[in-house]
Amino acid sequence: MIHISELHASVGEKEILKGISLEIAAGEIHAIMGPNGSGKSTLAQVLAGHPGYEVTAGTVTYNGQDLLAMDPEERAQAGVFLAFQYPVEIPGVSNAYFLRSAYNEIRKARGEAEADPLEFLDIVSERLKLVDLDEAMLNRSVNAGFSGGEKKRNEILQLAVLDPRFAILDETDSGLDIDALRIVADGVNRLRRKDNAFLVVTHYQRLLNYIVPDRVHVLVDGRIARSGGKELALELEERGYDWVTAEPVAGV
Amino acid sequence: MSSEIELLVNKDYQYGFSTDIEADALPPGLNEGVVRAISERKREPEWMLEWRLKAFRRWQQMTEPHWSNVNYPAIDYQAISYYSAPRTAKPLGSLDELDPKIRDTYDRLGIPLHEQKLLAGVAVDAVFDSVSVGTTYKEELRKHGVIFCSFGEAVQEHPELVRRYLGSVVPYSDNFFAALNSAVFSDGSFVYVPKGVRCPMELSTYFRINAADTGQFERTLIVADEGAYVSYLEGCTAPKRSTNQLHAAVVELVALDRATVKYSTVQNWYAGDEEGRGGIFNFVTKRGKAFAGSKISWTQVETGSAITWKYPSVILQGDHATGEFYSVAVVNNHQQADTGTKMIHVGRNTKSTIVSKGISAGRGNNSYRGQVKVLPKAANARNYTQCDSMLIGNRCGAHTFPYVEVQNNTAIVEHEASTSKIGEDQIFYCKARGLSGEQAVSMIVSGFCREVFKELPMEFALEAQQLLGITLEGSVG
Amino acid sequence: MGTAYAQQFAAQRPEGPAWLTAIRERAIARFREVGYPTTRNEEWHFTSPAPIAEADFVPMRAATGTLSVEDLGPLLFGEPDWPRLVFVNGRFAPSLSRVDARDGVKAMSLAVALREEPSLLEYHLTRRADIVDPAQVFTAINTALMQDGAVVQVGRGIDAATPIHLLFLSDAAAEDGVCHPRILLVAEPGSRATVIEQHAGAGGERYFTNVVTEAWIGEGATLHHLRLQRESARAFHVGTTAVHQEQDSHFVSFSFATGAALSRINIHTGLHGRGGGATLNGLYMLDGEQHCDHQTRIVHAQPDCYSREVYKGILDGASHGVFNGKVYVHPEAQKTDGKQTNNTLLLSERARIDTKPQLEIFADDVKCTHGATVGRIDETALFYMKSRGIPDREARKLLTYAFAAEVLETIPVDALRDGLERLTLERFTGTPPRA
Repeated sequence: MIHISELHASVGEKEILKGISLEIAAGEIHAIMGPNGSGKSTLAQVLAGHPGYEVTAGTVTYNGQDLLAMDPEERAQAGVFLAFQYPVEIPGVSNAYFLRSAYNEIRKARGEAEADPLEFLDIVSERLKLVDLDEAMLNRSVNAGFSGGEKKRNEILQLAVLDPRFAILDETDSGLDIDALRIVADGVNRLRRKDNAFLVVTHYQRLLNYIVPDRVHVLVDGRIARSGGKELALELEERGYDWVTAEPVAGV
Repeated sequence: MSSEIELLVNKDYQYGFSTDIEADALPPGLNEGVVRAISERKREPEWMLEWRLKAFRRWQQMTEPHWSNVNYPAIDYQAISYYSAPRTAKPLGSLDELDPKIRDTYDRLGIPLHEQKLLAGVAVDAVFDSVSVGTTYKEELRKHGVIFCSFGEAVQEHPELVRRYLGSVVPYSDNFFAALNSAVFSDGSFVYVPKGVRCPMELSTYFRINAADTGQFERTLIVADEGAYVSYLEGCTAPKRSTNQLHAAVVELVALDRATVKYSTVQNWYAGDEEGRGGIFNFVTKRGKAFAGSKISWTQVETGSAITWKYPSVILQGDHATGEFYSVAVVNNHQQADTGTKMIHVGRNTKSTIVSKGISAGRGNNSYRGQVKVLPKAANARNYTQCDSMLIGNRCGAHTFPYVEVQNNTAIVEHEASTSKIGEDQIFYCKARGLSGEQAVSMIVSGFCREVFKELPMEFALEAQQLLGITLEGSVG
Repeated sequence: MGTAYAQQFAAQRPEGPAWLTAIRERAIARFREVGYPTTRNEEWHFTSPAPIAEADFVPMRAATGTLSVEDLGPLLFGEPDWPRLVFVNGRFAPSLSRVDARDGVKAMSLAVALREEPSLLEYHLTRRADIVDPAQVFTAINTALMQDGAVVQVGRGIDAATPIHLLFLSDAAAEDGVCHPRILLVAEPGSRATVIEQHAGAGGERYFTNVVTEAWIGEGATLHHLRLQRESARAFHVGTTAVHQEQDSHFVSFSFATGAALSRINIHTGLHGRGGGATLNGLYMLDGEQHCDHQTRIVHAQPDCYSREVYKGILDGASHGVFNGKVYVHPEAQKTDGKQTNNTLLLSERARIDTKPQLEIFADDVKCTHGATVGRIDETALFYMKSRGIPDREARKLLTYAFAAEVLETIPVDALRDGLERLTLERFTGTPPRA
């Protein structure tokens, strides 16, 4: 589904991604772990097309398309979704309207008919249960005044409604208590299918107790220092990141 | 991102056409003779002429105020014509007898004046240059005892009401531009809603400046008697011309005990071109007096004019009176707006709310100037003010000048203001969900203005939407 | 009165270097030209300087000389060995002062500095405070007529461990007199210092203090400036502080005002380098017929700077408080982060506040907020306290003190914070001001 090859990216003069290669097939969940500042979030932002990062080398192919040549909205319309680490507040714009606009743009791009407000309400209501959010939140402004947990659940709601092919979860677990974490993880697990893929970026292993990855990659200083199965996450939890940096780089 | 925002703010002015029509105009210049000539053309009674002359004499002793944060070339008051009316006077019978050229003009402005095609639920008084050319639904309204007519007609037919309330809120000596208006005002609208009557439809005046080198000086007086309710809308446009034109209006609102007056404006006078040439100089005095238990609410969307100088205010005269001011002001290119409100708390337990949203783009300068004054007797007065600015680009300015003057210790006054820009992060977030940059900007701007738009009647909300090129669905209601 | 200053200027022998004489002449000419502002001047809209302009003050007479070091006790903070420069009736009083040469910190009277530090003064003195703006005409008068004052210079990279106290006193001989003290504070790059500027009157004298403080804060330096206005109840006070800030510098100002019949305090700072910040806090507590006007101005001229401002007023009797806080953000000053608040507590029904928090912004990528509240003691909190058995009077005092304490807590030096908290408490418990 997605093929990342020798990806380099920088902010201003500073290189943050120093050659990342990664392949994720449909139906898979990959986890990216790593210490603070290793470039995890940068990778997530670059895949979503954040204008603040400059890709200096490498390629990303998504379902045969050159992802890096696409605008952020084209990526979204093509089925790429980023659950933000810090979801943005848009005061005055209702959640329902925001989400329906996004939903319809993606439908249009797929050549499907747009949903009117009533049809859309049906779709959303069903998905709300998935993340245990109240319908009243649809009338609130996008993320404005939401608690940290509400914001993260709202991201998963958007994920559920927009039904992407490739979803990136950028530290969705940070700042969540165990109950909220479970809700978020359950949501993701239920959305998991044979024709979609997830890239879960996280600092801690605990999310991976609930979302079980097929592969785990450890990012250190802009490079994948080690890859392995789900047991790698547990090992990291026990031994810390220093262990990875100390040992020689294993094959990717 | 700036390209998306530019698309949004650089929309063409679609009302810039002019109508070629023969006019009865006074030659440029202002003296006592001109004041008399205007009064004579309107066949006014002696008391009206006397009032105008008093105002004129007062005006001659006054100087143009320059305390506001706007700069403009000196206005030559002798170069302006103070009266211009289409030769084909107002139809006596049906509106269908109206000069087709004028009717076409209003059609193009989206205000049909044909008896068959009238806007549903909105009565319109159409003011073309210095005169009212027609008022719709008059008979329908009369059944409810509501008087809605041109100011000139009111002077003839309801002199007792006009004499009683004219100048009772904005005296002719109030300020330079109000004095000028009082001397030379030509027409405008008059509304009287009797005791206990809820006006059955929205009332509206549509002002159109057509003639070149004339000033527009309309005067509006709205009186809601005890327990009455009225919602009034004002719209305005002018042709694109390369010279500046002066517009100095006065609006007086009177809300007697327990009455409600809601006054909404979408101000879209020609703003001048990208270089700042032409456009209307808009110097307007709007004020309401709210008696016991009454409510006066101003809502304005200010997008036009080269210069805007306007402070719709409320004197909270009676106990338990309420005043509101909701404003969106947009400046672009070389536009300058100095606008805001005054809430003067006189009575006890009076309450006021101010919500102001300023958007500055291009080389525009937007100033919020507001005064909240609590007089010594105004026990338990309450004010809440929120004043937000958004800047688009780096050559524009946003200024806030809030004056909070409190002389009663039982008052609670709160003022909050913020300035921000459309965040790159907000735009990226929207794009990452599949929205285009334009959609993102339009959505963010409408969200910013939401609290004001939700105060507008639906007809005006739609017009505001069109004007600002923004979407209201996500931000209204 | 205007002519009195002009005559005084003509009569006084030009003192000091030629460059200063030239500036003094420009200043008096400017004063002659514009005269005193009226309430038509936007910056004087709520404060009429007429009572000052119409009074015929004479140059302040020398002190009676009876003041001893022991008398200073109640006015001092912290440790007795903290350095201080004391001025009585506008004149430096060496016997009351305590200036030991500390490493890298120079503190001396203006007269001495003009002799010993000519190049420092030529570079800074009169360079920060505006004499052209008609609203700043008191600065012009001070510039023309200043005789004495204080100069403090903190050397490059020096951390002045103890606060430096500049104490301006007046005694009985000050009656009907005017003085124009001038203060220059220079924090060289990388230095750090705290300066207390205190103005206090002895009792009921009527006099006029017209003081100007100029400060220059070098790259990476931090200057804390604590300003105490505790003049006599009948006195007049106009004080202007004008600050220039270089890159990464920090100016932390606190204005504490409880004295004078009529006082006007201007605090202006300009952020002229990237990455710096200004914190302007204040507390004014007025009673009787007192009138106190604070005008603050923060100019963000460069990117990436912050400003924080909290002013609180507690007004009792028929007093009148004025606050006008201006924040200017120039087009270059992207990423400015500004916050400003003015809260006023009206304790009596005759007290009055005019507040105008003003923002003028020309850059688009900024975050600026301001807020103002006016109100009286929160009835709910009052009821809550009374329901727990606290008498009404006590509860009111406590809530009023709590309102003030919020801003006093921002003062970083313990001894100073404690001192001001004590003064605040005294104010509410009716203890006469110790001066």
